Amino acid sequence: MAAGGATFGAAAVQQALAPLAELSGGFTLDEFLQRHYKQLSREDMEEVLDRLERKTLEEYDREVQIEDIRPIPGVQFGYALNLSLCIGCRKCVEACHKENNHDRATYNSYIRVLEMEKGGNDLEESSVTYDHVVPQRKKFYMPVQCHQCDNPPCVKACITKATWKEADGIVVVDYNWCIGCRYCISACPYEARRFNWTKPEIPAEEINPGQSYLTNRVRPVGVVEKCTFCAHRTRVGRLPACLEACPTGSRVFGNMLDPKSEIRWVLENKRVYILKAELGTLPRFFYFFDE
Amino acid sequence: MAWVLAAVLLVGCDGFTDESREFGPPVTGEPTHSVVIESPQTLGVVDSPLLDVNGTPIGVGCETCHGPTQARSWAATPGEPFHTGVGVTVDGVRKLDHHGELRCDNCHSPDRLTVHLADGTTLNLADTMLLCAQCHGPQYRDYQRGSHGGMTGFWDLRQGPRSRNNCVVCHAPHSPHYEPRMPAPGPRDWYLREKPTAAKEPASEEKSSDLGDGHGN
Ligand code: HEC
Ligand code: HEC
Ligand code: HEC
Ligand code: HEC
Repeated sequence: MAAGGATFGAAAVQQALAPLAELSGGFTLDEFLQRHYKQLSREDMEEVLDRLERKTLEEYDREVQIEDIRPIPGVQFGYALNLSLCIGCRKCVEACHKENNHDRATYNSYIRVLEMEKGGNDLEESSVTYDHVVPQRKKFYMPVQCHQCDNPPCVKACITKATWKEADGIVVVDYNWCIGCRYCISACPYEARRFNWTKPEIPAEEINPGQSYLTNRVRPVGVVEKCTFCAHRTRVGRLPACLEACPTGSRVFGNMLDPKSEIRWVLENKRVYILKAELGTLPRFFYFFDE
Repeated sequence: MAWVLAAVLLVGCDGFTDESREFGPPVTGEPTHSVVIESPQTLGVVDSPLLDVNGTPIGVGCETCHGPTQARSWAATPGEPFHTGVGVTVDGVRKLDHHGELRCDNCHSPDRLTVHLADGTTLNLADTMLLCAQCHGPQYRDYQRGSHGGMTGFWDLRQGPRSRNNCVVCHAPHSPHYEPRMPAPGPRDWYLREKPTAAKEPASEEKSSDLGDGHGN
């Protein structure tokens, strides 16, 4: 397919779009003309990454490395969380906040921990803002993040194809393609997506410099973002930041195609529970209990 | 903004134009990297009556007072009250009060340097996980399968190593209940729906008497 620029001539386009560029503030022509993630050649991608690195340096005064990290062949990610162990300490929330370069003022994170009555499972009756010693005797704790559904309502709701499911099961967002309509946010039954209402503010020294295009690079204002099971880590074999941070060992992650993996053992041997299973979203995030 | 062109450029962005971009390089070979189990540095160390320059007690190993090579002046005399912080004495019997009703000798060997299993097998303190395993089979199995005890490092042992914690990092042997704690801050997103139940929660609910008491199983 021809890029817009090729048909009109870059200079002409630049001129025509000049007023637009001024309006949107800091929005460059290169960005405007950037193609959809899946249509970029390797060389295009390199240019885009260079540009984004330069932009981060300019705007955040921090040298970062942004890579385009792709799925590992033969790997299908799955994640499980042991509700018998979780004590609701929110260490995962905090780790996500730092790892994924979230806005400091809103203390944004892809994980929310619900404090619920034991014996109950009414999500509406839960508290996410609890602030007392944990665990409370009559409560149990349920961290919720993107379930990386195999039948993702959010992807179906997207009108620009800015969000899709990747070969290893991770649902990603091209932040440069998202127009911020937020249909996906309403579509998600797990409240797993977030919107950047403001330009994220992060002190230079706190920015995590190891970044990738589809995951934790600092997002522009006005786009939707979500948990990617830390694809920039997990696609190079590392564990997600929230799992490493969990002091209780409640989280189990791995390749569901590997019969010897920890995640397979849990799925085959524990009482596994799917949140809102009746919706048919086919999550890759599971909850389990010790017997 | 991008929607102006998005509409024009949208056609056919389901697959990758350059299909070689869909996947990264394959990972092959056997999982050769190791899993290391970290024990606390204080394993087998006891505060001695001696203080360092900062006034903190100097830690010494068990063999300083127990065992064949003990320094004479430190030698533990049988019956002398010591380690009084550990357990309680009821009717002349010393036992743990926060770990079932176990007696010291259920775990510690007479030499005081090692611990032992019910069949008499002695274990170094460094192998204490096998001691725990004797009475907590399900948790030990789960630990070995990765669903108890957590880990850091690599899920893929073909690509890198992994580190795990000894049981006693999370469960002190004499008082193994997992410690309650204050959580990290909650979310501050402005669009967060504030739950009426959360707001109404009476302060008395937060009394220490109401702390969790292990909700596992
Ligand atoms: C500063 C000297 C000192 C050190 C170091 C020391 N102990 Fe002791 N320990 C004593 C004394 C004194 C007693 C009481 C006399 C006895 O029962 O042998 C004692 C008793 C014990 C007892 C028996 C308690 C009872 O009431 O039956 C155990 C178990 C024990 N020690 C374990 C250890 C272990 C394990 C270490 C190393 C981690 C250690 N001790 C290090 C001085 C020491
Ligand atoms: C469940 C098994 C178990 C029982 C029962 C037990 N211990 Fe221990 N104890 C251990 C293990 C394991 C260690 C080594 C762990 C460490 O040093 O952190 C240890 C370490 C110690 C130490 C040195 C570290 C410290 O905490 O001061 C002392 C002293 C000690 N035990 C005394 C006792 C006494 C006295 C009793 C009985 C009241 C007792 N233990 C009962 C397992 C046990
Ligand atoms: C000789 C048997 C025995 C050994 C050895 C033993 N335990 Fe226990 N453990 C018990 C008993 C009995 C209980 C109490 C169960 C109860 O009260 O229902 C218990 C309870 C526990 C609990 C739950 C505590 C709570 O209140 O939530 C933990 C955690 C635990 N043990 C960890 C360990 C660890 C770690 C080790 C190894 C250092 C260990 N145990 C070694 C017998 C043992
Ligand atoms: C990373 C920390 C961690 C490690 C390491 C760990 N545990 Fe636990 N364990 C926990 C937590 C958290 C709980 C749940 C506590 C709660 O619900 O309050 C727990 C619960 C338990 C219980 C009590 C279950 C019950 O019914 O209440 C036992 C027994 C236990 N662990 C044994 C072990 C043994 C044995 C090992 C080593 C093989 C081990 N743990 C390693 C964190 C850990």
